[in-house]
Amino acid sequence: MNTADTKPDLAQVIDAPEPTPVLQVNNLDVSYYTDSGRAKALDDLSFTLNAGEKLGIVGESGSGKSTLALAMMRMIKAPGRIDGGQVRVDDTNLTALDDETMRKARLMKIAYIPQGAMNSLNPVMRIGAQMVDAVISHVEKEPKSAIVERCMLALESVDLPRSAFRMFPHELSGGMKQRVCIAIGILLQPQVIIADEPTSALDVVTQRQVMETIDRVREKINAAVILIGHDMGLMAQFVDRVAVMYAGRLVEVSTVREMFTAPKHPYSKALINCLPNLENKGVFQGIPGLAPSLLRLPGGCAFHPRCAQVMDICRSRRPETTVEPNGRTVICHLIKQEAEIGQPS
Amino acid sequence: MANLLELNNVSKTYSHGIIKKDSTVALRDISLTLREDEPSILTVAGESGSGKTTLAMLLLGFITPTTGQIIYRGKDISKLRGQEKLAFRREVQAVFQDPFAVFNPFYTVDHLLTVPIKKFKLAKSKAEARDKMDEALTAVGLRPEDIIGRFPHQLSGGQRQRINVARALLLKPRLLIADEPVSMVDASLRASILETLRNLQRDHGVSIIYITHDLTTAYHIAKSIIVLYRGGVMEAGDVETVIKNPQHPYTRLLIDSIPWPNLEQRWGAQKIITREAGAVSGGCPFYSRCAKAMDRCKTPAPMYRLAPFQTASCYLYEGHEQMDAAQLSETLPV
Amino acid sequence: MTLALAPSPIKSPSRLHRFFRYLSRNKSLGFGLFILLALVAFTVIGLMVIDPNDAYPLSAPTRRPPSWEFPFGTDFFGRDMLAVMVVGMWQTAFIGVVAGGVGTFIGVVLGFISAYFGGITDAVIRITCQILTPIPVLLIQVVVAGSLDKRDVTIFIMALIVVMLAWMAPTLVIRSQVLTMKERQFVSVAKLSGVSDMGIIFKEILPNLMPFVAAAFVGQIFLAVFASFYLAVLGLGPLREPLLGNIIWLAQAQGAFFNGWWWWPIAPSVGMILILGSLALINMGLDELSNPRVRKSE
Repeated sequence: MNTADTKPDLAQVIDAPEPTPVLQVNNLDVSYYTDSGRAKALDDLSFTLNAGEKLGIVGESGSGKSTLALAMMRMIKAPGRIDGGQVRVDDTNLTALDDETMRKARLMKIAYIPQGAMNSLNPVMRIGAQMVDAVISHVEKEPKSAIVERCMLALESVDLPRSAFRMFPHELSGGMKQRVCIAIGILLQPQVIIADEPTSALDVVTQRQVMETIDRVREKINAAVILIGHDMGLMAQFVDRVAVMYAGRLVEVSTVREMFTAPKHPYSKALINCLPNLENKGVFQGIPGLAPSLLRLPGGCAFHPRCAQVMDICRSRRPETTVEPNGRTVICHLIKQEAEIGQPS
Repeated sequence: MANLLELNNVSKTYSHGIIKKDSTVALRDISLTLREDEPSILTVAGESGSGKTTLAMLLLGFITPTTGQIIYRGKDISKLRGQEKLAFRREVQAVFQDPFAVFNPFYTVDHLLTVPIKKFKLAKSKAEARDKMDEALTAVGLRPEDIIGRFPHQLSGGQRQRINVARALLLKPRLLIADEPVSMVDASLRASILETLRNLQRDHGVSIIYITHDLTTAYHIAKSIIVLYRGGVMEAGDVETVIKNPQHPYTRLLIDSIPWPNLEQRWGAQKIITREAGAVSGGCPFYSRCAKAMDRCKTPAPMYRLAPFQTASCYLYEGHEQMDAAQLSETLPV
Repeated sequence: MTLALAPSPIKSPSRLHRFFRYLSRNKSLGFGLFILLALVAFTVIGLMVIDPNDAYPLSAPTRRPPSWEFPFGTDFFGRDMLAVMVVGMWQTAFIGVVAGGVGTFIGVVLGFISAYFGGITDAVIRITCQILTPIPVLLIQVVVAGSLDKRDVTIFIMALIVVMLAWMAPTLVIRSQVLTMKERQFVSVAKLSGVSDMGIIFKEILPNLMPFVAAAFVGQIFLAVFASFYLAVLGLGPLREPLLGNIIWLAQAQGAFFNGWWWWPIAPSVGMILILGSLALINMGLDELSNPRVRKSE
């Protein structure tokens, strides 16, 4: 185990350029209109992704994180619908685009690496053919040889041999298929890469390999990455900032160091406490209760039935946002109160 | 006291093809002894393809070994019939990974509990059965009113997995095979399920074989560990020793790749390599990915005992006491 | 600190309500069922109202166009067409259900045995099905029906001729479904709970096969009815009986259209279209129901 290899934070802070937002989500609302009622999968979600940054979006089941990935790519299907809000990449508002322009924007501006790569590749087409297809559908008038070379370079950047171009998906292992999906994602050098639980079906060693690959290609094409998942450990090892979701709402956005050393929102705190570590063998910590159904959310703060520090106001009023000078965001009545009084939390 | 279950030099090979026989070794020469009087929690750790699922299937009697025998209370399990087979089933149970797949979609979730009560005659009347079900459900943190009479798709994944564990509580087997019981469950829920399993062992004397690829949970719940890779035992022993001080190159790579939720414990010190030549059949299963591979490794290494409760199957430790595969259980603490 | 318990369960709409809502979404099934029910009502009420003897020759004045007394007219041989339609529908239904039922039953039994026990049994059954499938069913049926003495051909014989070559498809479908289901984890758990092989077949697997059995049944009825039609239209049916196909054959043989007796072949034709159409729609609808991937999301 590697214990002392942390990046020197000071140098990072001094040398870091002014963060420039490359993706902005403003007040995003997505609901599913089912036979049993309306499920609010995303409720007034807002956050920013800066250039070259790695943002992790963490949530358990029912938190809405998968819906968020699909909403950003505008791939929500009936009975789901984007009810309001914007998703802006650079200056383009993706939610306002017509279908054809949005189709072009996918892969060129914003790419998606899905969960379960095994199911995303066409089993009867060669890898190379699928990659070429992806390029041709976005870029006209590029000579075939240039397209093939582009694909080969992409394969090389994910550490796959050039011979993979002519292979069929079933000839590759799970980790290799996932790396093919990464290669397809970076073909057109998008500004934003959304990786939706890209390693959930992979074993630990392959997972590390895939995440290291994503990091490398990100640096190479200077893209920003959103990693969506439920594994806090993965977030700790990979991302710069973490956003925590609960029942379709954002509860906290902090840097990874802040989140793992001093989380503020009671849910984030409880989540960090659940994580197993080598210090206290045999001590099990969970969060009592169950996540609410999106069809019947509790009034006020969605987390209040399970919160160890619940107050009266939490039951009736939606919590407001507190934004600290460095950009850290917490959405909680307790934190708001502490901020107003001027107390450290 | 009797041995509850023994695996004696069990191997499982899958072969297919009529003309050109293509065979895969799923498990190679595994021996294990589980005693009735010493209930403990053993972790079988490995990635997909390691043979851990095959091991579970063999222990449960769902598949038969290619060589070797599985003995239950002195009798070969493939020869059990009638009442003896029912007794075997009663004493060896499982909790599976997928909370949804274990439920028959045609029936309500009660079916999972009522069927074994009936078959194993655990209750004398419907009322007593209902009482036992309520007790088991409450013990795992569920409210019976919310659960009884519902269909599987009406409940959440966490609730379903808890019902699975409640079934194990209800049956109180002698041996429980838990195959990735929490990998499809949210982090906040894992604790309560793992705690229930641990209590089963501590308070009710149930031996548990906890199969997983997640070493962090294994560390918390188990006492002993076997690390499998492509059908072979790479390292075995006391769980704290093996995880904090791994010796086999594979175990080291595994531990190094664990994403600890701790910024001070970074992964990735070891590089991941793949040898172009690929696996060498008949040799050490880890040969093609091992940074320390030597020519010797083209024949599999025997188990070397590095400490009373730690063994590694690797030629790097050639000087140590050599152990026979059949002695594996001696190196596992209870 | 009080911990609020999990919120109470969602109240879902009643099963009947959901059933009708599903039908409005699955238009094939809804429409098909509607037409079929209308035809069933026609037949059942008709059987209570008319005298079956009127469906046979010389029971009414011949060649009368539709009127108040004979709503569907009468034909060349003096049959009351209304009675003909009612009795004909009933006989068609009989053939369909008997032949369809027998074919499905054979399919379920063979399919189960083949999939659950595997090995040689499976190989034999599977290969037999696969060899028999490409045989041109129409040809064989025509040859068999044509070589029987006209007087021996009854409705029952018709049904058997039809079923003769129709059981292979359900066998293969049920077999593949059981093969999949056998590997499902709830079967493993049932084994762990002490359930015997027979118990697993009847209590665990069979209930889940119901949608497929139903779809196979409807498909078999369709094939049986269709076969009885074309055999009858070719003049190979039991000519005395008022089977709809027979009527058409007779009408064509007597040159009904040329002679201006348009009402004679029209009624059975419309009847045929409605029966086959509704069965086809129901079949498509059940296909969507049993295949969760095809099912449009709720």
